[in-house]
Amino acid sequence: MSAADAIVNANRLLLRKLLVVSVLMFGFAFALVPFYEKICEVAGLRDIFRSDEVAAKNTQVDMSRSVLVEFDSNTQRLAWTFRPLALGLAAHPGAVMQVEYEVRNTLDRPVTGQAVPSYGPQRAAQYFRKLECFCFQQQTLAPGEVRRMPVVFVIDPDLPKDIGTITLSYTFFEVAGTQKRPG
Amino acid sequence: MSAALDTHGKAHDGHDDHGDHGHHTPTGFMRWVTTTNHKDIGTMYLWFSFAMFLFGGAMAMIIRAELFQPGMQIVTPEFFNSMTTYHGLVMVFGAIMPAFVGFANWQIPMMIGAPDMAFPRMNNWSFWLLPPAAILLVASFLVPGGGAGVGWTMYAPLTTQMGPGMDLTIFAVHILGMSSIMGSINIITTILNLRAPGMTLMKMPLFVWTWLITAYLLVASMPVLAGAVTMTLTDRHFGTSFFNAAGGGDPVLYQHIFWFFGHPEVYIIAIPAFGVVSQVIPAFSRKPLFGYASMVYATSSIAILSFMVWAHHMYVVGMPVAGQLYFMYATMLIAVPTGVKVFNWVATMWKGSLTFETPMLFALGFLFLFTLGGFTGLVLAMTVVDVQLQDTYYVVAHFHYVMVAGALFSAFAGVYFWFPKWTGKMYDETLGKWHFWLSIIFFNVTFFVQHFLGLAGMPRRIPDYALQFTEFNQISSIGAFGFGLSQVFFLYIIIKAIRSGEKAPQLPWDGADTLEWTHLPTPAPYHTFENPPTVK
Repeated sequence: MSAADAIVNANRLLLRKLLVVSVLMFGFAFALVPFYEKICEVAGLRDIFRSDEVAAKNTQVDMSRSVLVEFDSNTQRLAWTFRPLALGLAAHPGAVMQVEYEVRNTLDRPVTGQAVPSYGPQRAAQYFRKLECFCFQQQTLAPGEVRRMPVVFVIDPDLPKDIGTITLSYTFFEVAGTQKRPG
Repeated sequence: MSAALDTHGKAHDGHDDHGDHGHHTPTGFMRWVTTTNHKDIGTMYLWFSFAMFLFGGAMAMIIRAELFQPGMQIVTPEFFNSMTTYHGLVMVFGAIMPAFVGFANWQIPMMIGAPDMAFPRMNNWSFWLLPPAAILLVASFLVPGGGAGVGWTMYAPLTTQMGPGMDLTIFAVHILGMSSIMGSINIITTILNLRAPGMTLMKMPLFVWTWLITAYLLVASMPVLAGAVTMTLTDRHFGTSFFNAAGGGDPVLYQHIFWFFGHPEVYIIAIPAFGVVSQVIPAFSRKPLFGYASMVYATSSIAILSFMVWAHHMYVVGMPVAGQLYFMYATMLIAVPTGVKVFNWVATMWKGSLTFETPMLFALGFLFLFTLGGFTGLVLAMTVVDVQLQDTYYVVAHFHYVMVAGALFSAFAGVYFWFPKWTGKMYDETLGKWHFWLSIIFFNVTFFVQHFLGLAGMPRRIPDYALQFTEFNQISSIGAFGFGLSQVFFLYIIIKAIRSGEKAPQLPWDGADTLEWTHLPTPAPYHTFENPPTVK
């Protein structure tokens, strides 16, 4: 075998090795997917699939104190009337409570809205667990339709003792681009 | 291009005494389509990258024109978003990377005493994949929905929602990646197998060393990018949920995969620039490079570290504190080998017989401004600071200092330095100096003020801004227009030199001592080192 042939063979061998490296690195990108999930699991990040062990704790109703929950409602550039049926109630932390809101579409066309909750004080949000809420999905109301919608919630007994009043406020926004164009 | 062709044609006639394919070679356009000569391919890479540089630069001009005043004046927000996206993609993948591959094609065989690249036919392929990719990028502006406005990083979930322009961009990235991988395999094989007798690895010019390391980085990281955009593609069209939270995926995963490629990519751009500067500074200091071995080790350690620091681009996505601390310290560690390199360049100049022709000026501009960009990089490496500065103009200023004043200035230094060897003509020294001073002044006018904008909180990639940012943005825009015009002036300098430049002397730079200067005539003939030289 001549020297030139030897070089050609050596070149081809190196070409093959480097192509294998490229293909392996392409596979490595996909191997990062399970690797990433494992890391997140170990680090306790991204725990969206963790089942609710908190719910079990909620059965212990804290009868020693009660929290005043006030309800508030707003609409943002949306011609709906929107109000809670009760302005407020007293709740023991851990007890399952239910309230209702009433909403009316005053427009002559079907409108889709999305309610966004907010809490005062803000740090109460993490202790306010909603089991059922009309804010979980978009609401589409026919022209003139009136709808009563429940909110079922539990206040976490871990709520700091210095919070005596929680204001739950909903704002309805129109979901743009969902109304059907005439014709 | 025809002028360059004539130059090579003459060289070909004058020096070709090795009875060869001369009379079979196609002429005109087909010569360039079918060529397997490393010098032809290097020339095509360089012209292609310059065309892409002007294209990407034109998009930067649109960005700066829109940002000249607050409010929306010239373009729609969607178009502005696609401008920032394609400016980044075109400059990174279309301009800077092919430019340095062009240098590699021209210089590596001549510097190690090889007759050509190891796989000349594949070399031709590597280049001719680039124009289709560029056409796909341009075509994405013409499809419904227009160009993808997702940023050059192509973060999910935005990329899974865009129109067909996104698909064209993904295919363009695939093709660019294939081109880079083939080019890298070629470069590695050439360097490892085709060195002249006596040219041991530790005798190679540093430019060759930096390309060897860069080529390994490309082979290891480009496929990862291809994987990331492939996942985006299957998420878009084939029902997978890699990045779709509703299907159990995670958009943050995209950022991890992207930056696992993205950070080595930063050094893929910077390390060949280090190589060019490591040839230019010794030549104009008339001294050998200080600390050659430490340069090799420093470059290698930068390359290895570059795979271990990716998450410093994404401190704010939500990461354990331990992770943030690790990535912060690992990032700061890179300053050590980089500091070694800067020290060595300065020490090379120490007590040298310095002259300041245009290549040296650009190398010094590189040294000064790249170091500044490195310092702002250290600032951004600190997690607590980065939380404040993430996605502001401070980041924009930082990476333009290392990409433009780093990689681009180094490419200019290389073009002026090797121009006489490539063409046998001299460029106009006065005009070259003008080009340097205009570039460095307008560069700083453009980007220095962006540090202040970023510290004051102006976000990047947004077409409108609050009134208090107006003055700095106007200064920056004026600088950008000046910088853009200076590069058109560069095109004039090059064309003038090719058409009517003076004949270059055999050794235009008396400090240059690599094989292409010492063993080859100027201009370099079409075929070189068919019989390898012996390196003592």
